[in-house]
Amino acid sequence: MSEQITFTIDGVEIKDKAGQTIMQAADEAGIYIPRLCRHPDLPPRGSCRVCTVFVNGKPQAACTQPIAEGMTVENDTPELKESRRNIIDMLFIEGNHFCMFCEKSGNCELQALAYRLGILSPKYPYFFPKKDVDSTHPDIFLDLNRCILCGRCVEASRDVDHKGVFEFVGRGIEKKIAVNAEADLKDTDFAATDKAADVCPVGAINKKRTAFSTPIGKRLYDTKPIGSEIEERKK
Amino acid sequence: MSENLQSEIKAICQGSGNDRTKMMDIVRAVQEKFGQVSSEAMDIIAKFVNCHRVEVEGIVSFYTFLSKNPKGKVIIRLCNDVVDKMAGVGAVADAFKKELSIDFGQTTTDGKITLEYTPCIGMCDQAPAALINDEVITYLSTDKVKEIVADIKKHYDPSKLKHRLGDGNNADELVHSCVHNGLRKKGPVIFADYKSKAGLKNALAVSPVEIINVVKAARLRGRGGAGFPTGMKWQFTRAAVGEKKFILCNADEGEPGTFKDRVILTERADMLFEGMAIGGYAIGAQAGILYLRGEYAYLIKLLEKILKDRRYKNLLGKDILGKKGFNFDITIQMGAGAYICGEETALISSCEGLRGDPKTRPPFPVQKGYLGYPTAVNNVETLCCATRILEMGAAWFAETGSKGSPGTKLLSVSGDCKQPGVYELPFGIKVKDLLKEVGAEDAQAVLVGGPSGQIIGPNDYNRTICYDDLATGGAVIVFGSERDMVEIATEYMEFFVEENCGYCTPCRVGNVLLKKHLDKILAGKGEPQDLDALQELGESIKTTSRCGLGQTSPNPVLTTLKNFRQSYEKKVKKSPDGMQPTFDIRKALADAEKIANRQSVMFTK
Repeated sequence: MSEQITFTIDGVEIKDKAGQTIMQAADEAGIYIPRLCRHPDLPPRGSCRVCTVFVNGKPQAACTQPIAEGMTVENDTPELKESRRNIIDMLFIEGNHFCMFCEKSGNCELQALAYRLGILSPKYPYFFPKKDVDSTHPDIFLDLNRCILCGRCVEASRDVDHKGVFEFVGRGIEKKIAVNAEADLKDTDFAATDKAADVCPVGAINKKRTAFSTPIGKRLYDTKPIGSEIEERKK
Repeated sequence: MSENLQSEIKAICQGSGNDRTKMMDIVRAVQEKFGQVSSEAMDIIAKFVNCHRVEVEGIVSFYTFLSKNPKGKVIIRLCNDVVDKMAGVGAVADAFKKELSIDFGQTTTDGKITLEYTPCIGMCDQAPAALINDEVITYLSTDKVKEIVADIKKHYDPSKLKHRLGDGNNADELVHSCVHNGLRKKGPVIFADYKSKAGLKNALAVSPVEIINVVKAARLRGRGGAGFPTGMKWQFTRAAVGEKKFILCNADEGEPGTFKDRVILTERADMLFEGMAIGGYAIGAQAGILYLRGEYAYLIKLLEKILKDRRYKNLLGKDILGKKGFNFDITIQMGAGAYICGEETALISSCEGLRGDPKTRPPFPVQKGYLGYPTAVNNVETLCCATRILEMGAAWFAETGSKGSPGTKLLSVSGDCKQPGVYELPFGIKVKDLLKEVGAEDAQAVLVGGPSGQIIGPNDYNRTICYDDLATGGAVIVFGSERDMVEIATEYMEFFVEENCGYCTPCRVGNVLLKKHLDKILAGKGEPQDLDALQELGESIKTTSRCGLGQTSPNPVLTTLKNFRQSYEKKVKKSPDGMQPTFDIRKALADAEKIANRQSVMFTK
């Protein structure tokens, strides 16, 4: 797979090797395509749809779509920005997210992306669903109020930790994360050292007694917007 | 109980070779045996097939015919699809509630009968209808409900229910169903007389590549609705590298208003299995799977018998019809109540014993499908067309229909029309001619292609049914002048809210939002800007959703907004003070007032 492919993103010509996804190629070229469910160490799922781009006029998820010779990718357009805002809004209103007292604030990818896209408050009405909290585990607590169903913990626990602690249950708007036990996380073999404990983009999987080890103001997205680490690669 | 559970489940799992990919068969068997797949059962299944218990829970919670909580020995599933509602299912529902003294979603106190609603069961032409376990009961009325409940309470065995028998194979002892075929018009392709074996014989006389060329020359396109050229699909599957290959038949027609495959499966299963064998030979597959929707379980004995007959006649099995080295057989995979499994990659997931989530494309099924092998997924009707093309020739097939859409199309017509049923008509028929044929010339609206299709009004009745204009998997639902199109659109959004898999954000959340907007409009609280919001949200869901469900689910809203805008405009009004009328503070405070046991003081002008 060393075949060289040339294509454009928003008119910028990019060269990369065949087999790469649009997102991988864009990242290397220092072009940021907003994303949420994608984690660099895990296979892409294409579930949040934030990274939707137009490929030759057709919408595709940049995290799963392979690059092809001569393709035209549109990324930074007003329509896509609006669609991405809609998706972020949807994730906020389908859960119960309270940034002001969430220990993940400042390190949260959902919050950071909302700021980057200029969202001040969601335009849709809140669902205020009833969600479970599980604090039975000695080192970890789960708060499904803040889960965005990205699936990172499912993949990490299954494919990296080989434990299968998490899985989706239910479908549609009732879909949620469940643990590999009758009810409680304490009855699984989950450990704070698991990969799955480190991949949550929001405040759904939290390590106990670590919440404020980095003070507010010095956190990942407190000083620079999400995605700048990619844009800094641009020469 | 527990030891019994252990040994029974052990036997069930062993019967499926303790194979994780046979999970659908395992959980269906456990559900049938114990009326539930309990928490304990999940642990036992996980142990025997060597998977995590939460995976079993993920599957059980995905399919509506499976449940963690106990259900009655008899489960009455009343279809509450739009067409059934139009046919008066409300009174029937009340009668069931009264006779059983329970509400929907409940089980009688003796634990014997459960009452539920279910979306379209493929009986719209004989609505209202219900499933009682695997039995189908059609043309329900309040009187009939009384009889059924009294009958059931005698034996609690739905197979002993007394009912008249339907026509054709519905009266066969293996089916023994009151379902009517409702076959109103036979066309030259599917329902004409045909010679079993002739197509397969012709196929085996030539090379696989030649078969693909014949199907290409006939310009056969997929009958499920998307219209992908079948010859090309077979060519891609044949060309793909894989140790094994598979041909899957999608018999999961779940689009509300679709019931044409029901009639094929009842009367033309032989033609279908022949088409699968021809396709298997063309792509180089040794195995085919018929994915049958759970609602059509009443047909399985007949289908198994036809497969057995074909094996006996050497039309399946080893060295078929003497063709050395061509070994091919077909198995049936039952679904368990999930509309999304009609999406081809979700269907593959389900066959693999997974949650019915669609898969990421690329890779496409023709490259990496069932268990990672190249797979062709074809619609029931498409495969029947292939059989006929091989029997009669490509030129014969292309004689019927229109240029871009050769052949006939089975249309399942229901709703406000005099003759609901299945019509085999040449492609290219005008909507107005179809309406004349079915006795619905004064229709206010027609839904072509089911809710994921388009709802059109009289201005569009000169349009034609074909791939290049109004494409359809077969569902045609007619709405008379008294129907409220905003209500209809809302009903269909409810369907998509219930039936989406929840994998991607826009479809999972967006459809709920569309439904909430419509509810607000129906409640008389809508404002003109709500219509713009519906439009914008609907388009955004279509653009960003991952699979065909979300890419089409806003259609009931978007097409009625376009074609029946006055119905919406009549319902919305500008707020006189520019304030949103959505929030009623009195109501919001009611609960708190009750707890505090005192009225809140409000300061108004």
